[in-house]
Formats: sequence, structure tokens, C-alpha cells
Amino acid sequence: MTALSALIRRDIRIALRVGGGALIGVLFFLTVVVLMPFAVGPDLALLSRLGPAILWLGALLASLLTLDRLFMADHEDGSLDLITMSQTPLELACAAKALAHWLAAGLPLIVATPVLGLLLNLDMVATSAVALTLLAGTPALTFTGMIGAALAVTLHRGGLLMAVLVLPLSIPVLIFGVAASQAVIVGPMTFGAPFSILCALSLVSLVVGPFAAAASLRHGLD
Amino acid sequence: MSLIDLANPTRFLALTARVLPWLAAATVIMLAIGLYQSANAPDDYQQGATVKIMFIHVPNAWLSMFVWAVMSIASLGTLVWRHPLADVAAKAAAPIGAAFTFLALLTGSLWGRPMWGTYWEWDARLTSVLILFLMYLGLMALWRAVDDPSRAARAAAVLTLVGAINLPIIKFSVDWWNTLHQPASVMRIGGSALDKSFLIPLLVMAIAFTLLFVTLHLAAMRNEILRRRVRSLQMMQASRAAFSSEAGSGSRGQNASNEVGAA
Repeated sequence: MTALSALIRRDIRIALRVGGGALIGVLFFLTVVVLMPFAVGPDLALLSRLGPAILWLGALLASLLTLDRLFMADHEDGSLDLITMSQTPLELACAAKALAHWLAAGLPLIVATPVLGLLLNLDMVATSAVALTLLAGTPALTFTGMIGAALAVTLHRGGLLMAVLVLPLSIPVLIFGVAASQAVIVGPMTFGAPFSILCALSLVSLVVGPFAAAASLRHGLD
Repeated sequence: MSLIDLANPTRFLALTARVLPWLAAATVIMLAIGLYQSANAPDDYQQGATVKIMFIHVPNAWLSMFVWAVMSIASLGTLVWRHPLADVAAKAAAPIGAAFTFLALLTGSLWGRPMWGTYWEWDARLTSVLILFLMYLGLMALWRAVDDPSRAARAAAVLTLVGAINLPIIKFSVDWWNTLHQPASVMRIGGSALDKSFLIPLLVMAIAFTLLFVTLHLAAMRNEILRRRVRSLQMMQASRAAFSSEAGSGSRGQNASNEVGAA
């Protein structure tokens, strides 16, 4: 347990310090959201209708782009080999790393959501609905994305290949995240059903992600 | 003859060389019977002649999931049993599965246009099959991105097993959500809802398509084995050429051009 908490604290500290690049994700998120009004036009009614989708898409891309840091830096300086060989089960270590990554890179996205909601003309209720769905959904993005990050580090290929592999897996999260937010703002649907499915997706990925990533690291690293 | 006997690629090649003509013949015969029966099947009282698209569409859709299941078993073979031909099987199946999935989507949208009034609808069944198609393409991209086959095999195996979660979602999507796509009517509790005049041609077509997949898959596996042999021979030749040109002092360019000509 102490080993895992030490791992989490170390990862967060590395991510937040100079060269860590956790907060670049937030900057990217901001930039993508600011780009959208230029693409669709500064029509406030349209923006408030598209708002949840824009925020979700921005958060999805931002969390995807920060993912390849998850194992890459540790692989380069050799600490990934130490983690693989240590007494702690690799599945737990992977889960701890993903949790640390989510705390450092995913949580700031959710904190930034209210500010970005203002830019997109979302009211209080809509913004908090989007923030809540992001809080429930971004762990799923991180934990499924971890599979892609593990594959990328074993194959020495990052970037586009990882995006192509991870994005299909994150489509369900996007569908139910946006559906739950829209249900609050306009929809005839209830908020509960899509939100529960979103939570279920996060919980499933919490189990599947570490096992798949650990299997990939164990078979792939040499 | 167990699976482990086939671990020797030479034995596998010899066996498939004998089996493949028979399989191909059986596929042609079944396809001929199935197409004849489907052409003679009566028109539907609501859908008219367009119901005949079903005899192509449904086997393709079944096969699109069946191929991923085959790839998942092959991936277990790679990761758990380390069967030497498992990754060959997984690699060879991916493009075939992608083709079946694409045909299922294509025939489905051609059928949807007259029946639903739209080529495409973002309902659960269609979306999950589209995700399956994207995952096939991603897997093929993964195979192409890495030049060392055994390294690519293990990564692809992990990804295939993760993607297998999608299979039950596709199967049950029509029950879990209210979709435009109709719920299951052939394999369901309480017997098939299809009339015999439709069911029998459909089953014949399903068997024909499965035979087609097995034939194509074995042929693709043979090609993959031969391709790997050619590759390792070329690597050996290249390293021999590099070695001899390092050893030989004067005629380096001469040697290299000889080797290239021989390859």
C-alpha cells in the first residue's frame, strides 16, 4: 500500500513540476474550445446548444494527447523496468499510475470547465451537469487510454497510431457523457439512465484497463 | 491430429494444401445452392423483393462478429499457449473480418434506404458495428506499423481481447436500447420468428459464408507463412551480403549488386 501511494505521489509531483506537462492539457482544452466559435460562428444560441458536445470533445482530445506521457517518460529513464520487476503486482501499479495521471491531468480539465462554459454561453445548471459528467467519465478515458499508452510504449510508436487505437474505445464514453449533459439542458430523457451507464463504463474500465495494460507491458517489454 | 501438431508451419502448409481445394469446392457449391434458394424465396408481404438483401446482409453481419471471436481465440493462443501459428491466424483474419464488416454495413445501408428511408441512422446496433469496423482498421494499422511480427503479435493480441468486449454489446444492443434496427429474430428464446421459406436459405447462406471465411482464412495464413519465410530469407541474404562486403576489401559494390540481383 505504501509503495502504491508513494508511486501516486511521485507521479503527481513529476507531472506538476517543470517538464511534467500535466497543465498543458488544460491549455490545449482551452484552445480547442476557443477555436470552436471561430468554426461554427459566434452565434450564442447555437454555441449553448453545442456547448456540452464541444466541452466533451475538447476534454476527450486533451486527455488523449497527455496520455503518451503515462509510460513513455518512465520507460526512457528505466523506472518502468523497476516497477515491472517490483514486488507490487503490475496491475495495481498500472492502476496507481493511471489514477495519478487522472489526478494531475484529468481533474484540472474538470476545474476549468466552468470557465469554458462561460465562453460557450452555458448557464449554471448546464455547466454543472457537464462538469459532473466529466467527473464521472474522464476516469474511463484515462483507464482505457492507458491500454493504448502501454501498447505505444512497447511498440515504440506513439502519436497517431495510439489515437487510432484508443478513440474507438472511447466512443461509448462520449455518447453517454454528452447524452447525460443534454438530458439536463434540453432532453426529454432523464439524467439518471445515461449517467448510470457512464458510471458503469468508468467502473468497467477501472477493472479492464489495468489488466490489459499490465498484460501488454509484461509481454511487450524486453 | 491435435492443434499442437500444426505448430510446425511445414506440416500446416502440407495439410492445408490438401484441404483447401475441397473447402473451396464446398464453398462454391453451398454458395450456389444458397443463392439459388434465396433467389427463389418468396417476396415479403411488406418489404417486397428488398427482403432478399437479408440473405447477404445477415451472414455478413454474423461473420463480422465470428471473425473477431476467432481472432480473440487466436490471441489467447498467442498470449497463453504461445502457439506459433496463433499470431499468423490473428493477422490473416483481420482484413477478412474488416471486409465482412464493411459489406454488412454497406448492404445494411442499401436495405435501410427503401425500408427506413435513410442510408444511415445513429442507433445502437449500427454504431456498435461501425466501432467494430474502426477497430478492425486500427488493428490492421497496428500490424502494419511494427516491422517485428512477434512484437506486433502480442500488442495486437491484447488489443483484440479488449475489443472483444464490443461483441456482446453488438449482440444485445437491439435488446438494451430501443433501436431502429429490429431485434434478433433467428436465434432467440422460443424459436425463430422467421418463416421456413426464409430461414432455410438464410442458414444455407450462413454456412456458405462461414466456409468462405475458412477457405480465405487458411489461404491467407498460407500466404502469411510464405511471406515470413521470404522475409527471413531476405534478411539472411542481406546480412550475408553485409558480412561479405565487410570482409571483402575491393569488390564491395560488385558484391552488393550481385546480391540485389539474386534477391
